Amino acid sequence: MTTVSMTVNGKAVSEDVEDRTLLVHYIRDHLRLTGTHVGCDTSQCGACVVHVDGRAVKSCTMLAAQAEGADIKTIEGLADGDTLHPVQAAFKEHHGLQCGFCTPGMIMCAVDMIRRIPNLDEKTIREELEGNLCRCTGYQNIVKAIKAASEEMRA
Amino acid sequence: MYALKYHRAKSLDEAKQLISQSEDPKIVAGGQTLIPTLKQRLASPSDLIDIANLPDFAGISVSGDTVSVKAGTKHFEVATSADVQGKIPALAHLAGLIGDPHVRHMGTIGGSLANNDPSADYPAAVLGLNATVHTTERQIGADDFFQGMFETALEENEIITSVDFPAAEKAAYMKFPNPASRYAMVGVFVAKTSGGVRVAVTGAGACVFRVPEMEQALAANFAPDAVASIKVPADDLNSDIHGSAEYRAHLVTVMAKRAVAAAIA
Ligand SMILES: Cc1cc2nc3c(=O)[nH]c(=O)nc-3n(C[C@H](O)[C@H](O)[C@H](O)COP(=O)(O)OP(=O)(O)OC[C@H]3O[C@@H](n4cnc5c(N)ncnc54)[C@H](O)[C@@H]3O)c2cc1C
Ligand code: FES
Ligand code: FES
Repeated sequence: MTTVSMTVNGKAVSEDVEDRTLLVHYIRDHLRLTGTHVGCDTSQCGACVVHVDGRAVKSCTMLAAQAEGADIKTIEGLADGDTLHPVQAAFKEHHGLQCGFCTPGMIMCAVDMIRRIPNLDEKTIREELEGNLCRCTGYQNIVKAIKAASEEMRA
Repeated sequence: MYALKYHRAKSLDEAKQLISQSEDPKIVAGGQTLIPTLKQRLASPSDLIDIANLPDFAGISVSGDTVSVKAGTKHFEVATSADVQGKIPALAHLAGLIGDPHVRHMGTIGGSLANNDPSADYPAAVLGLNATVHTTERQIGADDFFQGMFETALEENEIITSVDFPAAEKAAYMKFPNPASRYAMVGVFVAKTSGGVRVAVTGAGACVFRVPEMEQALAANFAPDAVASIKVPADDLNSDIHGSAEYRAHLVTVMAKRAVAAAIA
């Protein structure tokens, strides 16, 4: 067992976990923040994307112990009370989801790319979505939502 | 994943000590290869020694015509570094093609080289630019470093500390990514340096390799046409559901041509 301490959505947390515990399982099973999903066991789908110290990473491909001392943000930490984050609102507005399974990862990925890249065009958005798979939408409306949110957030 | 003990090393000396004290240790840096391997239960180390947070283990510096990249530097940093973009744009371009943004935020150059996946991108840049790999024990030239499928010159528990890349007059990397995994089906790195021309191929064979015939042709005439009719033999190339050995052999010539065209553009 090892004691892990980190900040999750602004709140300090600390717990004893098995050393082999993945960050995603710590978030879901220990902290009960189940918005972060597990969609594969090959590190390819991106349903588990969270921000670690401000950067999008796959929380299924990292041990909780590797995140010791880190500042974590999950999908639950994006909205401001009842007001959705602009990327969440854009996914709703532009119908960027169907079943919703990939959505938390898509949105965390989108927030990260909007932070890094000014003036996102469609081609860049599609390249940046490389690590996030969606089995429902065909991506069109996801790309539309991210473009709209990016423009709104830059305005 | 099998049970294991996790240690976060605070110094290189502590890392070495932890390694020597453990029964079956494994170093973890970015974890983007090792964690998936552990999840599949394809490895079962007793102890994981995390070197990602060692002081002074990440960063990029330029001295004269050499770009030095410390082993813990993430792919994302290499891709976006103004120093790398300025001195060796082909290297920054290559790093930006690895996996996806999330993988690039975690994965390190040291981990990629130590792993030496037959389809990994960095080995092509290291061999193509004739870079030098520095470890806790010694320096290893690119031609000696890569030895076979997932095999390198590294001794057990020797740790890569940095890689020195000499800048090239002209260089480019062309990758034909596997549409599903994004690893290279074939990737070709060409570089024209004061020491001659080098052509390094990844993805096609068991391990990154040079193509001397293309290097000679390009030394005489650094133009796409010079390599257009040079074919590598398909005999020892990879054949799998994604493409036959003949297909990969063909791709080597096509990617080499495109790389030369990009290098002189
Ligand atoms: C979805 C996905 C897509 C990917 N696509 C690509 C791609 O297109 N191209 C590509 O090249 N790679 C790709 N990768 C692999 C990625 O680049 C890895 O980051 C890299 O191979 C390993 O680096 P790491 O720091 O994550 O190493 P780790 O996983 O931490 O370690 C890998 C191995 O190297 C050893 N090691 C680590 N650091 C050192 C060191 N400093 N000295 C000695 N040994 C060390 C470890 O013990 C382990 O055996 C992909 C990975 C994923 C998950
Ligand atoms: S669950 Fe993390 S990439 Fe699929
Ligand atoms: S909305 Fe169903 S997987 Fe993307």
